[in-house]
Amino acid sequence: MEHNVLLDAFVYLAATIIAVPVAKRLGFGSVLGYLLAGILIGPFVLNFVGNQSDVMHVAEFGVVMMLFLIGLELNPKLLYRMRLPIMGYGGAQVGLTLLMFMALGLGFGMDWREALSLGMILALSSTAIVLQSLQEKGQLKTIVGRKIFAVLLFQDIAVIPMLAILPLLSTQSGELSNSTSGISQAIQVTAVIAGIVVGGHYVLRHLFRFVAKTGSRELFVASALAVVVGVSLAMTWAGLSPALGAFLAGLVLADCEYRHEIESDIEPFKGLLLGLFFISIGAGINFDLLWFQPVLIAACVCILMLGKLLILYVVGLIFGFSKRHNSYFSVTLAQGGEFAFVLAGAALSYQVIDLALLQLLVLVVTLSMLLTPIALIVYDKFLAPRFTSDIKREADHIDESNPVIIAGFGRFGQIVGRLLHGYDIGTTILEHDASQIETLRKFNYTVFYGEATRLDLLISAGAEDAKLLVVALDDPESTLQVVSLAKRHFPNLQIIARAIDRKHARQLEAAGIDYCIRETFESSVALGVKALELLGYRANQAFRAGQVFKRYDQGLLSESVGQNDEERQRVSRSMDARNWLNALLQDDDLTARVEKEDHAFETEMPVKETGRSARSLLAGHKHNKTSR
Amino acid sequence: MKRILLILAHPALQKSTANASLLKAAQGLDNVTVHDLYQVYPDSFIDVAREQALLQDHDIIVFQYPFYWYSCPAIVHEWTDLVLEYGFAYGENATALQGKDWLCSVSCGGSFSSYNIDGYNEYPLIQFFLPFRQTAKICGMRFLPPFVLDGIHKRASKDRLQRKSQLYKQLLIGLSEGSYPEAEIHEATFLNQLEEHHIPWDKHARGGHGA
Repeated sequence: MEHNVLLDAFVYLAATIIAVPVAKRLGFGSVLGYLLAGILIGPFVLNFVGNQSDVMHVAEFGVVMMLFLIGLELNPKLLYRMRLPIMGYGGAQVGLTLLMFMALGLGFGMDWREALSLGMILALSSTAIVLQSLQEKGQLKTIVGRKIFAVLLFQDIAVIPMLAILPLLSTQSGELSNSTSGISQAIQVTAVIAGIVVGGHYVLRHLFRFVAKTGSRELFVASALAVVVGVSLAMTWAGLSPALGAFLAGLVLADCEYRHEIESDIEPFKGLLLGLFFISIGAGINFDLLWFQPVLIAACVCILMLGKLLILYVVGLIFGFSKRHNSYFSVTLAQGGEFAFVLAGAALSYQVIDLALLQLLVLVVTLSMLLTPIALIVYDKFLAPRFTSDIKREADHIDESNPVIIAGFGRFGQIVGRLLHGYDIGTTILEHDASQIETLRKFNYTVFYGEATRLDLLISAGAEDAKLLVVALDDPESTLQVVSLAKRHFPNLQIIARAIDRKHARQLEAAGIDYCIRETFESSVALGVKALELLGYRANQAFRAGQVFKRYDQGLLSESVGQNDEERQRVSRSMDARNWLNALLQDDDLTARVEKEDHAFETEMPVKETGRSARSLLAGHKHNKTSR
Repeated sequence: MKRILLILAHPALQKSTANASLLKAAQGLDNVTVHDLYQVYPDSFIDVAREQALLQDHDIIVFQYPFYWYSCPAIVHEWTDLVLEYGFAYGENATALQGKDWLCSVSCGGSFSSYNIDGYNEYPLIQFFLPFRQTAKICGMRFLPPFVLDGIHKRASKDRLQRKSQLYKQLLIGLSEGSYPEAEIHEATFLNQLEEHHIPWDKHARGGHGA
């Protein structure tokens, strides 16, 4: 088959379009989907694609961009606070794993240099696969997600000395020249890192500001890409990991005002390239080796993954992780990573290892990467529920039934909870973000870990005896699910909820909720009222305008519940609403009356009811004439 | 010099002329603190401790408001309900307000002449201040003769408002300086009399004044 760039591009894209949705539908993450797509188009199944190494070269940029984006999202203060986890967990994991595989290599009669490089190659995990999976599951910001991230970050940093050591292990002559270049390399490294930090801080943000002024979106995208590519080139020149450089650059730009634009511009490139990266790994798997030595390969994969799992678990024990965290932590990181390919390639070129070992390592590491999403699925299905059931049993022991259950304890639920807490009203909290839970427990809240959409969790939270369920989740779909679930199973439970927007509020009211409020409604009205005040309106006039608006707007909303949602009808209604509102605000009852006659009101004053008063509008917005 | 707390209550001051004019005259006087209830508490959620502290810092408490429904705007009632607490304003050992002066300063649409048995409002104007007078008494305060700017519905010429506001200013200064003899204050039905010596409304107004 003849290969050209466009055809290759089409094959990759088409494979992605087919494999990823299927993988997602089956409950595997997109990572596994990409890997499968790669296997599918690779030389061993359909043989659609040719030379992998070029593609791989481009695809590695996906990892670089991912690190750049993570840097952008990470606040340097947080990173500084994480310095102990990074050094502690990461250092322990890399050190112990390295020693274990090195010992293993020595045990199999390897030369110490070979064994050391084996240890280095296998000590690292796959940043790409792990972060992508965490992100998809929304676990990047949880406690355990941060622990995992700390380890990955340490590994990314550890690649630098590893790459620096490999040439020294070379069995060839010429070590002398290496040691002199060591000094110049140190200078290079310092220069590049200083360049990124200082340049990012003083030059790049001005560059983005300048480019943003031109108003050209393409130019902005181009600059963002140029920054990432440029940083990678500089890092490569200094012999450092481009991913680490990109991470640094991202970190420097994290407080830049164009952060979000940069983020959204790079995001699609990252997505596509990272996909490409996984596909290339899939396509690059050497199935010949697997075919001829299945037992050896299987044994190697088992040793790799179980060995890493063991070390990770020990690290978790040393640092006192909870059982649940530790098992997730260990399962997630127990694979070889993409840096293994880079390191193995370097080791081969310095003749520290031979080609046979390289091929074996690449295959084993690839398979371990392929198995990680599967391992995570197994973990989610079989191991994770055991930990939640632990929590459930715990709750039964507590045996207290609180009158209020709050589902979701983020920014919204917290305020509700604190208000109730102030009156010593017992609340049970359902929260799916593990990072909140430990803090809450310290303050004697009863907290259940998990999704409120699960009936068993609601039951164990005491929904059968509770008086009130407050649904304060940030996901509109889950909110609706919880409401309908609770309506069905706990008819005596009163339910109030946080609605995201008008549409959501309508859906909730239609679902028979007792009360809901749009999450930004009160606060935006309050801000509007403040705006009126600052523009010179009297405080109570502005306040009343806000009240009128709220009552009116709520009225419109509940009127529209159950209405046929035909678009045209709604549009005409909202047009009508605008005029109405106008009349309403101008006519605000008390203000208007005093306005017109400009007097204290008392009996001698003829009260002219010119036009419709606000009250009649409010009471009669079904077009009846009242209060004349 | 006595310190005056001017508690203003007008729900639509932005459109007011009478009250606004009175306010303008009082504003900026030494010893006068203006406290605009509808501005400070747009939601009528009154900070009781703050109000009580204000009361304790002043000697003469002036309530200035339009004469709504023969009484006061709602926030004044809310204010009295909350701020004049048992133990603070009245009751055992409640001495916080002892000896302070209470002055109602109102603007009303009807003229004095409409407040008599033959008039539209049937009762003498002073009678409508009875609840305030009694409230002040229970709090151990002296109820000063009210200041009234009447007839603003029909006679709201700029000139008249100007004169009345000037009068108001004089009265506040006089009260603050203590320049009116006890007997004269006791004798007057309305505060206006202390400065205005020709009192066209006197006949009707005094008719219903029992004191």
